[in-house]
Amino acid sequence: MNGQLDNEVALVTGASRGIGAAIATALGSAGATVIGTATSAQGAEAISATLAEAGVSGRGMVLDVRDAEAVNNVVAEIGKTEGNPGILVNNAGVTRDNLAMRMSDEEFDSVIDTNLSAVFRVSRAVLRGMMKARRGRIIHISSVVGLMGNAGQVNYAAAKAGLGGLTRSLAREVAPRGITVNAVAPGFIETDMTAALEPTQRDALTGQIPLQRLGQPADVAGTVVFLASPAAGYITGETISVNGGLYMS
Amino acid sequence: MSSIEERVKKIVVEQLGVKEEEVTAEASFVDDLGADSLDTVELVMALEEEFECEIPDEEAEKITTVQQAMDYINTHLES
Repeated sequence: MNGQLDNEVALVTGASRGIGAAIATALGSAGATVIGTATSAQGAEAISATLAEAGVSGRGMVLDVRDAEAVNNVVAEIGKTEGNPGILVNNAGVTRDNLAMRMSDEEFDSVIDTNLSAVFRVSRAVLRGMMKARRGRIIHISSVVGLMGNAGQVNYAAAKAGLGGLTRSLAREVAPRGITVNAVAPGFIETDMTAALEPTQRDALTGQIPLQRLGQPADVAGTVVFLASPAAGYITGETISVNGGLYMS
Repeated sequence: MSSIEERVKKIVVEQLGVKEEEVTAEASFVDDLGADSLDTVELVMALEEEFECEIPDEEAEKITTVQQAMDYINTHLES
């Protein structure tokens, strides 16, 4: 424990695996009490187990971020039990890839709902507590795909690009209350999602990355911990790329 | 139990960081008490919490003075 986030309560959505799990553990190791959410009871239990194993205080909770009422209830419950979250990491996300000509309305809308609209809903739910506290850190997990685009992902790329505008607007709104809002845009990270790639696809992908490797979940988590820490107090409205140089703006 | 007037004034003092004597019934939140748009939203949220009610946006927009806040609470609550 290096203690830079001591006495903080952090809410991390989509924390049962991959990048979200790494973020939850890293925030906890920095001293925060971490509430990680997953869509299933099994996922929530896995979060509790992972946190306990890492010696982090906190727990998993079941939450479908598409359900506005459930979002409000979870935030209220955390407020009563651990205290209002001062750190929110909007990490939960899904993909429903398809070529645009073949993509259904449902595939498009569901990705926008989970990856963009839900980010707004969860952020709105925690803002009241942060406004009162006159401090807070909101961090969205975006994607390099939102910056450079990707064939087969018009829905995902639109949602992730939308996060940039949401981040900058919300940052302007709440800055007078000491709340910062930023996004982290990972490139290709070693998770279940990229484990499904064929070795040839993987080699082709790695060849495009100047740092010549896929990222680790810890690479993203480290940036999130930094944005949540006092050292990042003067950064707001920013999207920080963690992509090995794959895309430089 | 304090009166609605006292409770409203206490919230205004806390939210806007102004002195109690400045919070007259006629005082306008923006023009007299220096509130900005965030302040007025927070003020309405604080009133909602204190009086356990929900103030719709179109009503909230009309609450620009201390008196209007007290009037709204008086007409919409029996507590």
